[in-house]
Amino acid sequence: MGNCGLHPGAWWLWSLALGTAATRTTNPLLLALLIATSAYVVAACRPDTPWARSYTAFVRLALAVLLVRLAFAAALGSPLPGTHVIVTLPELPLPHWAQGIRLGGKVTVETLLHAAYDGLRLATLLICVGAANSLANPARLLKSLPGALYEMGVAVVVALTYAPNLIADVQRLRAARRLRGRPDRGIRGLLHVGLPVLEGALERSVALAAAMDARGYGRTADVPPRVRRTTTALTLGGLLGVCAGTYGLLTAEGGTYGLPVLLAGLTAALAGLRLGGRRTPRTRYRPDRWDARAWLVAGSGAAVAALLALAAARDPAALHPGVVPLVAPTLPLWPAAAVLLGLLPAFVSPAPRSPAPKEPS
Amino acid sequence: MIRFENVSVTYDGATEPTVQGVDFEVPEGELVLLAGPSGVGKSTVLGAVSGLVPHFTGGTLRGRVTVAGRDTRTHKPRELADVVGTVGQDPLSHFVTDTVEDELAYGMESLGLAPDVMRRRVEETLDLLGLAGLRDRSIATLSGGQQQRVAIGSVLTPHPRVLVLDEPTSALDPAAAEEVLAVLQRLVHDLGTTVLMAEHRLERVIQYADRIALLPSPGAAPLLGTPAEIMAVSPVYPPVVDLGRLAGWSPLPLTVRDARRRAADLRQQLEGRDDNALKGRGAVVDLRLPPRDRDQSKTPTHRRWFPRRRTPATPTTSHTAEVQALAVTRDRVRALRGIDLTVTPGETIAVMGRNGAGKSTLLNTLVGLVAPTTGSVTVGGAEPHRTPPRDLVRRVGLVPQEPRDLLYADTVAAECAAADADAGAAPGACRALVSELLPGIADDAHPRDLSEGQRLTLALAVVLTARPPLLLLDEPTRGLDYAAKARLVALLRDLAAQGHAIVLATHDVELAAELAHRVILLAEGEVIADGPTAEVVVSSPSFAPQVTKILAPQRWLTVAEVREALA
Repeated sequence: MGNCGLHPGAWWLWSLALGTAATRTTNPLLLALLIATSAYVVAACRPDTPWARSYTAFVRLALAVLLVRLAFAAALGSPLPGTHVIVTLPELPLPHWAQGIRLGGKVTVETLLHAAYDGLRLATLLICVGAANSLANPARLLKSLPGALYEMGVAVVVALTYAPNLIADVQRLRAARRLRGRPDRGIRGLLHVGLPVLEGALERSVALAAAMDARGYGRTADVPPRVRRTTTALTLGGLLGVCAGTYGLLTAEGGTYGLPVLLAGLTAALAGLRLGGRRTPRTRYRPDRWDARAWLVAGSGAAVAALLALAAARDPAALHPGVVPLVAPTLPLWPAAAVLLGLLPAFVSPAPRSPAPKEPS
Repeated sequence: MIRFENVSVTYDGATEPTVQGVDFEVPEGELVLLAGPSGVGKSTVLGAVSGLVPHFTGGTLRGRVTVAGRDTRTHKPRELADVVGTVGQDPLSHFVTDTVEDELAYGMESLGLAPDVMRRRVEETLDLLGLAGLRDRSIATLSGGQQQRVAIGSVLTPHPRVLVLDEPTSALDPAAAEEVLAVLQRLVHDLGTTVLMAEHRLERVIQYADRIALLPSPGAAPLLGTPAEIMAVSPVYPPVVDLGRLAGWSPLPLTVRDARRRAADLRQQLEGRDDNALKGRGAVVDLRLPPRDRDQSKTPTHRRWFPRRRTPATPTTSHTAEVQALAVTRDRVRALRGIDLTVTPGETIAVMGRNGAGKSTLLNTLVGLVAPTTGSVTVGGAEPHRTPPRDLVRRVGLVPQEPRDLLYADTVAAECAAADADAGAAPGACRALVSELLPGIADDAHPRDLSEGQRLTLALAVVLTARPPLLLLDEPTRGLDYAAKARLVALLRDLAAQGHAIVLATHDVELAAELAHRVILLAEGEVIADGPTAEVVVSSPSFAPQVTKILAPQRWLTVAEVREALA
């Protein structure tokens, strides 16, 4: 969306940093504060576009994860020595080889609370990813790929725009079934339109491929053979280096050569990518710039993650409230203030202009 | 600029060449119209210019096509992208990105233009095509006319010297079509762009063409000449040419303006007789009255002129469909509001209006695909959205915009058998209808291999198998040539005469003039005009058919009427 938005990479860094911060704590108050922070920023900064609505979907998913975690804790029990029994479920007797697994039985407050803290942490992580999804246009993020990977990026963009078209096709064809006097609901209706939908999608892909070709997709510049060979050598050599380095790092005896080989391989592969970019004569229209605001947004996220990690190391008790014995979690002041740093993007990144109202179509 | 040297194209698996003997040249800065009936290979000729034929479609191209000196045999489409801009029939399948501005920049990015040049050209193109207000919009939310303009804009930004367009106006309402054509004319006049385009609706484009390349029949060599020369011999021609041929004008007029200047004599000749048109079509009568009542009040001599308005074979007193205070809101957009409508047996109604005015929504509501938000809809005494599909097909049938959506089977025979089963009709009923409507559709043909006209006929037969008293058609003439359209008109008239009520949503003013007793104009989901065809279309400059414009202030709608009056 032109230059009014922020570099999508900045949003991803900010969101992932908040997610990292969430993994450092199980304090429900801190986690709730993290969720509130991300929700506020999303509400303030998200553009009015289809992908921006994915935030609610992620919130629902997070809620489902939390509930599933609670249900499992209640049904399967946990080894926590709880004393506050809420309810006793009928216990299913299991054969002796299934020792250590319990179905039903006592459900204690401690078990549920532990599961809730744990589930909330996972839910917060999911919500942070959802925030990135709704704040940054995925297509624009792909545009920031290096030139050599551009064609792969286009394939992903096309696939992304295809999903909504496919859903529209299914709806249209199910409606057409009704016109033929057949039931338009149920699984059978869906199965019957499957083939026509796939045929239509295939035809559209071919038409799109033709249109893209006619508009110059895949034009290549002439590169001297020397450069081409160097590119291949660098890329292949680099990838081999990465493999060897990873192997070295993971095995016991490779501790000495692992890291240097990995780094050398990475450098060679990146140089190969950069050189490979010469083959495509493409330019970018209004690329997103990594400006001061992007630094601030990414930096605020990183600060939250770093400060919470520090707090977790220095005062683990405050960030991981105990459940045995039962105590009410307290809000540790300094970590809470650190989380609030994550609100910075809402003030430095102005809300994008809202597009003109949708016309009936 | 574009040079065809004895070109013939044979697709894989075909025994005969699709086009042959194509040998002409399009000079720089000309707008050349490619005309001809469906299936003569217009799209193939267009595809050969951009190199998509044969590089993308397969097949064998003999001869040589050169564009700006580049031979398409040695240059792939992507290597011609800087000189040729191509827009296909469906703009939606053309878009790669999701917003207007990115789409305009896409072609230039591929060509590697400098960022400041791209920025300047995007702004220029936004202004040239009137898209500045839409620059940040998601393409999926645009109307048909806007999408077509974005598609043209997206190929204009690399400044191609040749523009190739396949049916650029067929999906557009008359006003949007004029908008797109005005842009094309501006490109030809101001920028010297060479344009080659194919279009079925000649009445819309012929006045813009410098020359016409006519493909008279499949496999025949094209004829090239000025529009007047070609129209004298063409098997496809717009109403204005038809009228000119009838009146014996030479050279033939091509525009309404030319024809008006010649028409003084004709108007005088028709002077005494146009009261028929006035009373028969434009009489001030109660719109809610069924048309047969109006007919009965007239003498039989008048009826001769309007053969479509025969008394229905099975006279009934009830309305076929009744709509009261209907409002539909979808996605927080008011698609329809305050609609009152009564459809009586034997009546043909044309629903017209801009792209996005709510025409399709109205039809979908009548067939129960969309539930009314407020108000009521009854079709044959039932509420369509609450009626099970199996019962509903006996009350109302809709042929959707894309007739292919209705067809699932692999062969025509299987499709017909399924239709008989769905409708509970006797086996063979649907097949008999197909043969009756359009002879020559083979049993073992795949529905996808049929021509547009044949596919429409098959879908129509499938719908008619259940004998619904109310028949709805959404944009039935899209992609049809004049011959196929004439067959459709004859067919629908017959159905109306048998007592079927027909409602069609269309952009085709000539079709509405030929067929409809009554026209309803929609704008922003509201009815802005409802009355006899002559009344409504005569008073609207964009919805008036050519004959009406030529013979105004007399009220004639079609060449057929004039022909009968003169006989």
